[in-house]
Amino acid sequence: MLSPDLLVHTVVQLASAAEPAGLMPARQQMALSLGWHIILACFGVAFPAIIFVMHLRGIRRDDPVALELARRWAKVSAVLFAIGAVSGTVLSFEMGLLWPGLMGTYGDVLGLPFAFEGLAFFVEAIFLGIYLYGWGRMPPRQHVLMVLPMAVTGIIGAYCVVAVNAWMNVPTGFRLVDGEVTDVQPWTVLFNQHAFLQFAHMWVGAYMVVGFSIAGVYAVGMLRGRRDAHHRLGFIVPFVFASVAALTQPFVGHVLGFGLDERQPAKLAAFELAETTESPSPLRLGGVLVDGEVRGSIDIPVLGSLIAMNSPTAPVPGLDTIPEDERPPVNLTHLAFQTMVGIGTLLAAGVAWFWFQRRRGRDLLERRWFLRAAVAAGPLAAIALESGWVATEVGRQPWIVHGVMRTPEAVGDYTSALWWLLGISTVIYTAMTVGAVVVLRSMARRWRAGETDLPSPYAPPVEELQR
Amino acid sequence: MSLEVAVAAAMFVGVIAYTVLGGADFGSGFFDLTAGDSRRGAELRTLVDHSIGPVWEANHVWLIYVLVIWWTGFPESFAAAMSTLVLPLLLALLGIVLRGASFAFRKYSATLGQARLFGVTFAVSSILTPFFLGTVAGAIASGRVPLDGAGDRWSSWLNPTSLFGGVIAVGTCAFLAGVFLTADAERSHRQRLTEDLRTRTIVVGLATGAVVFAALVPVLRDAPVLGEGLTGRAAPLVVLSAIAGGATLLLLVRRRFRAARWPAVVAVASVVSGWGVAQYPWLLVDEVTIVDAAGASSTLWGLLVAVGLAVVVVVPPLAYLLRLTQSEAWTRR
Repeated sequence: MLSPDLLVHTVVQLASAAEPAGLMPARQQMALSLGWHIILACFGVAFPAIIFVMHLRGIRRDDPVALELARRWAKVSAVLFAIGAVSGTVLSFEMGLLWPGLMGTYGDVLGLPFAFEGLAFFVEAIFLGIYLYGWGRMPPRQHVLMVLPMAVTGIIGAYCVVAVNAWMNVPTGFRLVDGEVTDVQPWTVLFNQHAFLQFAHMWVGAYMVVGFSIAGVYAVGMLRGRRDAHHRLGFIVPFVFASVAALTQPFVGHVLGFGLDERQPAKLAAFELAETTESPSPLRLGGVLVDGEVRGSIDIPVLGSLIAMNSPTAPVPGLDTIPEDERPPVNLTHLAFQTMVGIGTLLAAGVAWFWFQRRRGRDLLERRWFLRAAVAAGPLAAIALESGWVATEVGRQPWIVHGVMRTPEAVGDYTSALWWLLGISTVIYTAMTVGAVVVLRSMARRWRAGETDLPSPYAPPVEELQR
Repeated sequence: MSLEVAVAAAMFVGVIAYTVLGGADFGSGFFDLTAGDSRRGAELRTLVDHSIGPVWEANHVWLIYVLVIWWTGFPESFAAAMSTLVLPLLLALLGIVLRGASFAFRKYSATLGQARLFGVTFAVSSILTPFFLGTVAGAIASGRVPLDGAGDRWSSWLNPTSLFGGVIAVGTCAFLAGVFLTADAERSHRQRLTEDLRTRTIVVGLATGAVVFAALVPVLRDAPVLGEGLTGRAAPLVVLSAIAGGATLLLLVRRRFRAARWPAVVAVASVVSGWGVAQYPWLLVDEVTIVDAAGASSTLWGLLVAVGLAVVVVVPPLAYLLRLTQSEAWTRR
């Protein structure tokens, strides 16, 4: 006979069997394209400000080293922004191609921030063109100011995009009446309460990724014995940006977490790997959930309550309080979250140590171990950023809009043929990555060899012509 | 004008701007591809690089502008078009990605081999993208995109209107690019290149005109709503486009290259406007009108605010950039 247990079991099975065939490939497709773009988006947000500081220094102090660095970075940004622009376009298309259920139903609710993001990107692209091609064609003092609009619009654009994501986590600005979306308030979405903190977290993260990555390039040079003013300056300016960001990030992240137990209890439970509600809750380092039991974690008593709930006793609501069909993939969420926090803590400690030693008159740039760590910091920051996005996105599942629309309702009507798209996309993104790396490395090589202008070789070299 | 139509008009301004500005960038790929071997084509490729380098990203944003207004202002129809036309849109997207990336990569290539690889990728994808976007326009204009999004994923864009739309888009882009490149070449005092581009642009213009003429009967039969509009309400725009196209050719023949840019822009802008006027009031022809497709009116007002802001903060710097690139000072290498 049908026992309630069996019935529930069967329904759950049916639900997963009824999962659209296109759902998994659509998810992976989005993860690939978003995960790839986000690194370049970081450069769009943070690089202009760093270039501006370097360029301004060059002009103010009449410093040829700084000017040359700014000039090279501008060329690097030309390559990065180009592939950032096209990979961002991919996302615009995919919003509709992969998630017509979301866009068709909520397009007019979530769309306005994207309109402003579009404006910001427009201004950024225009001034990028003016700045890049303005070298030597404009008065220097006027020319350097062309970076500023890019720096500002990068921030506005990031805010707008993150505002939409914040809305997906904490939907607002509309009412559902008999399944129909009514009373749409687009400005409430643009300025939703959660947007600012989430943006701050991403913004600071962008400075970490870009600052550490660029500093790392010059750390490599110093490790290879190139210890000139060029390398020291090229290291220190982005490293200052990254340091401020790395030291700020733990606080921003912590404040962002306030009230997560009420906003998205399932996400918090997954972050903390809280299978049951314990008072006080431990901090679980590592570990996975296997058959409903936590395995292999290191538990530090009370700390979980302190960090997540700001209280020595308040329990982290466990997964047992969440209906089974509303739980996210716990292990991935938990491990991604802790990867982010772990790396963030490590980077903050690292820069704190560097500046502390510097105050004491010790320059860690003389130490090879520090330079090696500085080289690793860029990729580590990128991993932390990706992990953070995995944690928040996977942690929101099964919802695409928390509590309102499930991801399977949003996905387009595709067969498993959609996996082909993922395969092709993987090839293209790999090729683009290889292309960017090859081109950027060749630029660096030619700069080291003393070239400055890097003319493109459309014709065979002259000597070949004469032969 | 109702609120809905105002937003649709603002969106359509984006379509026109993308066709003219983005189209000229895409069209340069045609000349790049047909420039000959690396020795013969070096001068032209350098010119292409120089002409579209500063502007292509800004021009590309018009596409984003259109997409965002579409999904925000008319969400259901956006989802429908995206679902039915997934194949040509993905192919256009592929072209957009490869075009942008390889254009940037080519500029900083270290070796001729790399420059060739990226150059061919850039040029071919520059031709494919407008083709597939043209098929998308054809699909919408011929009423093949149902509002429920369940249109046929092949025949919706493999039909006379779409295919002619694609070919005409490629031709139009190449013609525009040719006119601008010829003017750029003249401004940088490259005599031989100017003459070469002049001849080829005239050929492209004549060929595109011939295709448009050949397309008339099949398209009128295949897309009756569009046909009725083009021969009726939108007829003045079609005539204007023909006259402006003819004037462009005449100016090219007379070597008035700078002056030729203006009628070329008018010719393309008016033919695209003609399409919009012809299918009015439909957003998806035979399926849903602009008014019925519109989302929440509070959002439409928000969009108009955004568009107003764009006029204030985007248009002046954009005009500044375009003016810089068309100036003598920026033509110097």
